[in-house]
Amino acid sequence: MSEAVLSRHFERPEARTLAGYRALGGYDALRKALTLGPEGIAAEVKKANLRGLGGAGFPTATKWSFIPQKRTGPVYLVVNADEGEPGTFKDRYILERDPHALIEGMLIAAYAIGCHTSFIYIRGEYVQPWRVFSEAVRAAEAEGFLGANVLGSGFEHRIIVHRGAGAYICGEETGLISSLEGKKGWPKVKPPFPAIKGAFGQPTVVNNVETLAAVPHIVTRGGEWFAGLGSKTQGGTRLYSVSGHVNHPGVYEASVAITLRELIERAGGVPNGRRLKAVVPGGSSAPILTADQIDVTMDVDGLRNAGTMAGSAGVVVMDDTTCIPEALHVVARFYAHESCGQCTPCRECTGWIYKITARILAGKGVPPDPDTIVDVAKRGAGSTICAFYDGAIGPYISYVEKFRAEFDHHVRHGACDVRPGAKAPARTD
Amino acid sequence: MSAPAPATRPPTGPVRFSEAQVAEVRRLQALYPERQAALLPVLRMAQETFGFVSPAVEVYVAELFELSPAHVHEVVTFYTLFFQRPVGQHVIAVCHNLSCSLRGAEDIVAHLEARLGIEAGETTADGRITLLRVECLCACEAAPMMQVDDAYVGPLDRAGVDRVLEGLR
Repeated sequence: MSEAVLSRHFERPEARTLAGYRALGGYDALRKALTLGPEGIAAEVKKANLRGLGGAGFPTATKWSFIPQKRTGPVYLVVNADEGEPGTFKDRYILERDPHALIEGMLIAAYAIGCHTSFIYIRGEYVQPWRVFSEAVRAAEAEGFLGANVLGSGFEHRIIVHRGAGAYICGEETGLISSLEGKKGWPKVKPPFPAIKGAFGQPTVVNNVETLAAVPHIVTRGGEWFAGLGSKTQGGTRLYSVSGHVNHPGVYEASVAITLRELIERAGGVPNGRRLKAVVPGGSSAPILTADQIDVTMDVDGLRNAGTMAGSAGVVVMDDTTCIPEALHVVARFYAHESCGQCTPCRECTGWIYKITARILAGKGVPPDPDTIVDVAKRGAGSTICAFYDGAIGPYISYVEKFRAEFDHHVRHGACDVRPGAKAPARTD
Repeated sequence: MSAPAPATRPPTGPVRFSEAQVAEVRRLQALYPERQAALLPVLRMAQETFGFVSPAVEVYVAELFELSPAHVHEVVTFYTLFFQRPVGQHVIAVCHNLSCSLRGAEDIVAHLEARLGIEAGETTADGRITLLRVECLCACEAAPMMQVDDAYVGPLDRAGVDRVLEGLR
């Protein structure tokens, strides 16, 4: 088991207060960062091989470097705390259990990109995380960690805490920006990318909560140390949210070089002596893996080579009592509900596929249905403004292709062979 | 996870903020580089004040922002946390997404429907409880789970649901 980095304060309630966090060495990284200077910080983050931990895995230092050097207006840092990828809950742990680590990471990142106002967009359902984090911001303001003159350095920074109102698409960075601007959360056509024209038309970096929480550690212990914790192409540890059919669901910190098998074992394995059937390794948008594919490493490239993705590191484990067509139905219901409706292929295909899965589960499927799901899924691919639909395709195609016999059984017999007599889940459209 | 906090949802009255609330609206509008960014926070305030976001509330909020009511309506209808109809004193939102469904969310919904005598999406006749199905609340370690007003509750079984309902009496 590797050293706890991101989760080191999760079982230390005192870290939630400013005094307690400082007693644990908190905000020392900020002091060091203010002496390193923006270039020095960026160099360490680059050496660290830190990649975005929200889902896309984009190199963080590269993202920061896109902010134009020559500019007249402000630069904004926007923190994506709109955690919503099914199977993912690690950002909630950071907000609730180590809020000052996030504030410190935000301050360091803001200083590195020359930003004086940052926004954190917290999903509306996260009431307790919002309360805890807001209290931490107030404490940091009162003690001069935020404000006109951060720690007497002359650097000015304020944090505006903004709450969402219930929409998965606002986790997409340009959808988030639209929402922050007081609109419905429709993603924007890129280019221009947020680094050039983001929130309120200004250059903007959008970073995930966990990504920023990693930054103080990189500053304190160096980019090389952080890089060494991970794989060749991705530094560090990350927080895996493990749920579904495991004995001990929860957040597990591990090197990105851990294998999926080891991770499931750390979560106590599959309960009641049942057998593993399938695993979603990176949030619901990640293509599903079968039980014989779990020796993959969990880094971005390891999972990509296995035909899936690291995504948000939300690991959903399914044992042999799971009906895969039903699982797809649940996932398809989600994508149909959350499609923002802006792009026709996404709006229509997510709805069609949901209806097909509902028909199959109701015992009214027809033999071409599994092929139709795959065909419809592929037709919409790559034709939309944002990555939402391409994410939805992951489960559509992989569930059908890897568990084809189960779908065929459903459409031929109108019933489930895994859970005979199971009641079809409700349709809620 | 912690027990749900009691909620009070005031009945619908005249659609007008108090002076202090209007001052808060102006403060929020000034907080952002563009005034419109305060729309979601102000709509939240409006919902907490008036119980739900009626067309009259939309018109009132639009006036506060000098926006068209159509824009405000477009925003209100986009987000699941804005209610366009009255809801019960308490709102129970059961997650029916993947991890919760693997661990029995459908049974939790069925049990709640039976206990409350309503279907998901409805409010009890006495106006006490609204039951909703929702997508992932990102607390899958507590699956199956639900949100009761502000609080997350889980992992749930039928007895746990009964205890929650008892606490809302």
